[in-house]
Amino acid sequence: MVDTQAVRAEFPILQRSVYNRPLVYLDNAATTQKPRAVLDRLSAFYCKSNSNIHRGAHFLGDEASGAYESARETVRRFVNANHTHEIIFTHGTTDSLNLAADAFGGWFISPGDEVLVTEMEHHSNLVPWQMLCKKKDAVLKVLPFADNGTLQMERIESALSSKTRLLAVSHVSNVLGTVNPIKLITRLAHERGIPVVVDGAQAIQHIPVDVQDLGCDFYAFSGHKTYAATGIGVLYGKENWLNEMPPYQYGGGMISSVHFGQTSFTETPFKFEAGTPNIAGAVSLEAALEFLERIGIQDIAGHERDLLDYAHARLQEIEGLRVYGQGADRSGVVSFNLEGISPYDTSLILDKMGIAVRSGTHCAEPLMQHYRLSGTIRASFAVYNTREEVDRLVEGVEKAKMMLV
Amino acid sequence: MTIAGKQQQIIERFSTMGDWLDRYQYLIDLGKHHDGLRDEYKNEEYQLEGCQSQVWIRGQRHNGVLHVEADSDSMITRGILALLLESINDTPPSDIADADFSFLQTIGLSTNLSPSRANGLALMVRRLKRLGEENKAVRG
Repeated sequence: MVDTQAVRAEFPILQRSVYNRPLVYLDNAATTQKPRAVLDRLSAFYCKSNSNIHRGAHFLGDEASGAYESARETVRRFVNANHTHEIIFTHGTTDSLNLAADAFGGWFISPGDEVLVTEMEHHSNLVPWQMLCKKKDAVLKVLPFADNGTLQMERIESALSSKTRLLAVSHVSNVLGTVNPIKLITRLAHERGIPVVVDGAQAIQHIPVDVQDLGCDFYAFSGHKTYAATGIGVLYGKENWLNEMPPYQYGGGMISSVHFGQTSFTETPFKFEAGTPNIAGAVSLEAALEFLERIGIQDIAGHERDLLDYAHARLQEIEGLRVYGQGADRSGVVSFNLEGISPYDTSLILDKMGIAVRSGTHCAEPLMQHYRLSGTIRASFAVYNTREEVDRLVEGVEKAKMMLV
Repeated sequence: MTIAGKQQQIIERFSTMGDWLDRYQYLIDLGKHHDGLRDEYKNEEYQLEGCQSQVWIRGQRHNGVLHVEADSDSMITRGILALLLESINDTPPSDIADADFSFLQTIGLSTNLSPSRANGLALMVRRLKRLGEENKAVRG
């Protein structure tokens, strides 16, 4: 059980009022708020330990390097990776997926190969693969989802053809909340020798993630959606791939020797972290993951599932409201529309009632095209949200409907 | 009446309104009664790129003044467009090109009119001013 009131007390921003009403923050899929532990760690890093890492032989440099590498080990533990050097720090999920597409895809994909994505991907796990296919003269294939928001798994075996070389799929849909069966998908892909890249941006903060159990080859996520600072992200990659694939960017901190005629690169993960990394961001991510470990990810999953089911049930009591994404396994977000009403209008009215949600296409235009929508309203949950906040959301939606119809 | 005079009338109207929901209700009602734009003009030529809702704006000079029609799939945006058009419509294009739209800040619709990724209001204002600019030299 999550003691929501105790958890809420750890988040200073939740004390805020907006438009003279207590803030109801339901835009957590865009970014979560930050607990005191994360804010304190950031402040302590800059106040006491700030220095560049892996460079100068001085006290602060050693301390900052230690903090950065300790964060890497904490990420490894959190996702249960085999090795610490399988954890690459990036700027966020988008950066992680671009790294995977550019460095791994660019090396691994040849003309005529097929890359399989799904119809529900966020643009970040779609456009990098699309661009890779263009560059490499490869073919982008799409596994569709059914109207209930779940992947058409009965079509995956035929979608994985003899030409498929790579599969990219989200763990949890950022619009529908659908939890995709990554373990099964990975097994089916691996039976055919196809590596799997997983976009975990909407999963890591909500459900237990064990990359060894899932079996996937790459797993990407963002720090700022998981209670850490902005500008830090992770790409997990299997050791054998990371050793073989070339670097992503070039510069300081990733070389072993440089001559005008020839440069050689250092080992993973450093060969993928050119330039000064987001040291403070990594340190904040460690604090955020420790926060999640302290509350317990299983308990968080249970609490958020309860909120999500409650929101589904309450919202669907409203006449003319349609919820998108009715799969049995859901997490984090609920997307909906009021019949004949622009989602943007509803979100504007909710805002003035102190309720923060997101409206629009949520960077998933192909998914919107599936339902022939210009957008949805999306409410997304975090560990600190409550059933009372869901009630306020429902009240707000009813008010918006009354004003707009 | 001048554009500034019409804007002053709008400011006075808003000053008597209560909280935000009252203002939105007013805009929604304006939007519902706004004539909008014929469907045949709701195409890429007249669409504003970059707004969170779909917006179309079309202007035509006639007898020395600019007449603008505009529409949106959002009812609140339609209401805002109705207000904007109320303030500028059927005035000389050069007046529209030179108009000051800070009344939107005065009535609280916008805290800033600087162009940014999701500032649809700034984009609408920019389009109106550009229509004024483009139609300055047009005959008619």
